[in-house]
Amino acid sequence: MTATTPRTASPADAPATARGTVRPGRPVRLGRVSFLLRPRTAVVFGVLVAAIAAVFAALLMLGEYEIPLPRVVAALAGTGERLDLFFVRDVRLPRAWAAVLVGASLGVAGAVFQSLSRNPLGSPDIIGFTGGAATGAVLTILVLGGSMLQVSLGAVVGGVATAGLVYLLAMRNGVQGYRLILVGIGISAMLTSVRDYLITRADLTEAKAAQVWMIGSLNARGWSEVIAVAVCMALLLPPLLALGPRLRLMEMGDQSAQALGVPVQRTQAVALLAASALTGAAIAVAGPISFIALAAPQLARRLLRSNGTTLFGAALMGALLLTAADLVAQHAVGDARLPVGAVTAVIGGSYLVWLLYREWRTGRA
Amino acid sequence: MPEPSRLWGENLTLAYDQSVISRDLGISIPDNSFTVIVGPNACGKSTLLRALSRMLKPQSGAVHLDGRLISSYPSKEVARRLGLLPQSSVAPDGITVADLVARGRYPHQKLLRQWSRSDESVITESMEATGVAELADRMVDELSGGQRQRVWLAMVLAQQTPLLLLDEPTTYLDIAHQMDVLDLCADLHHEREYTLVAVLHDLNQACRYATHLIVMKEGAVVAEGEPSDIVTADLVEKVFGLPVRVVPDPETGTPMIVAVDRRGTIGRRARGGAETDGAQEAVADAADVSQEGDADQDGELLEKRSA
Repeated sequence: MTATTPRTASPADAPATARGTVRPGRPVRLGRVSFLLRPRTAVVFGVLVAAIAAVFAALLMLGEYEIPLPRVVAALAGTGERLDLFFVRDVRLPRAWAAVLVGASLGVAGAVFQSLSRNPLGSPDIIGFTGGAATGAVLTILVLGGSMLQVSLGAVVGGVATAGLVYLLAMRNGVQGYRLILVGIGISAMLTSVRDYLITRADLTEAKAAQVWMIGSLNARGWSEVIAVAVCMALLLPPLLALGPRLRLMEMGDQSAQALGVPVQRTQAVALLAASALTGAAIAVAGPISFIALAAPQLARRLLRSNGTTLFGAALMGALLLTAADLVAQHAVGDARLPVGAVTAVIGGSYLVWLLYREWRTGRA
Repeated sequence: MPEPSRLWGENLTLAYDQSVISRDLGISIPDNSFTVIVGPNACGKSTLLRALSRMLKPQSGAVHLDGRLISSYPSKEVARRLGLLPQSSVAPDGITVADLVARGRYPHQKLLRQWSRSDESVITESMEATGVAELADRMVDELSGGQRQRVWLAMVLAQQTPLLLLDEPTTYLDIAHQMDVLDLCADLHHEREYTLVAVLHDLNQACRYATHLIVMKEGAVVAEGEPSDIVTADLVEKVFGLPVRVVPDPETGTPMIVAVDRRGTIGRRARGGAETDGAQEAVADAADVSQEGDADQDGELLEKRSA
């Protein structure tokens, strides 16, 4: 502990302290724990959580068999009609949880990738991870026939293999942002043509199954999938959140971060590994849902007016985006149940475009 | 063999991949000195600084900090003992001056103790020392180059390291801001008794501010010591290949380097010692050629217009 006695304020530094200019937020001290809380951060987190809760409730209520909120609550508590219990607890609840967890995973993973590549385009969608997972899954569907578990494993193997290949090709004295993205785009393009070729060779039913999987969907996701993602998150999220301050320093350049005592290479390796695993888990459960990993970190960062990556904000924003997208996918377009991936692109994409447009107009970007 | 001080290196072989910059280099930074490293471009000054701040792992040899191998410390521990201002740093988008300076506190923060009372007073102090306190709420990307450099210095000061390594802290600054930064360094050296190591390009500034000068050429230390003891016209000519005169600085009495007037002699050298007349002819020829070139271009333009 460095117990620096606070210096008596000389007249010179009195005004600065009095105006509170040095504090980017309100210091919070709870015993040995202390941190800075920016009022804006607290408000934005609160609003995001409330919004997620609202969408979550709507997901439990709406459907062909509509259940009003009090009966949903009763069903959650384990009392209520049998039909209510079945729909709320066995059908809608796991699906809603899957949306929250997959969205949060993608948000965090996207934030990590973007931070490491120092580029908002450096999300798993762009750098080949998603394309690799899709190719792995399509191969499993077409060659092995593919149960859900096999397809998931195929996706994870394909994703990790592609990510590994991209890193190997992009690596030179650490990961360089632009090279990572360019190599990723190249590999993604090649994988797309591999998938297209496979699908043209497949029969219609299989081709359709593969196509639906590639858009990303939460249809018929049950508790086993929820538990799988939840376990991955429980294992990977805490270490990633703990790396947050280091990631923010590394955004100033490797040298600056190293000078401030960040073990840059080790942090890069651990963060890449954890974020890849998180993406893999999300894709295995829901398919390659596009745009969440790309948009959520940027949206969170702009809403928070933060000067660095905010992993927790990206997680909340990812969860909100995916739950909202799932709500729209299930209920907005008449009877046709869209795959959620078709909606995420529209919601995330238009929100991002709108935000950027607003910033350009006000000259902030 | 360099004598042990807080920061010293022995038998250093420094290289990027296969290209060796320095071989078997011994270096010692005298405690409480304001050491300045000078030398021609690509002589390994920055590389040496990077090795001393464990940014670059030597291929052989070792750097010692406070009596231990620098590589044996945890990263944060080094950052509490030794601060480095790299040549290029990227200020994150939309960061305020106070936020950026606050990042210098990272080595003193822990996962659960991210903001202590001392953080706040140190940040205020650092901003005042560098004269950026009144900019605290401004965005870093709105600042001028000179202000920005002082903000980065404030960030390094917030690290509270008694050893400071500065890689070309005056680059891109105009002469007034260069002097501001150097005066600030001199104050830190005198008043806080910090040990400073800076890479500088301007020899006169180096001679004026350094208490210990290290002159490098092609990866090796050619001379080191107090500027007035070591800086001679011969040394500068040997290191930079530039004939100079050394006169006392009218302001401080430290050595001041004035380049010998070579006008009219360069053409002669290039032609391998031909006579002055020849050189003048060459200049005249060159002028003719350029005029002809202009005329041709004009002609082409005219043709294009008429076409």
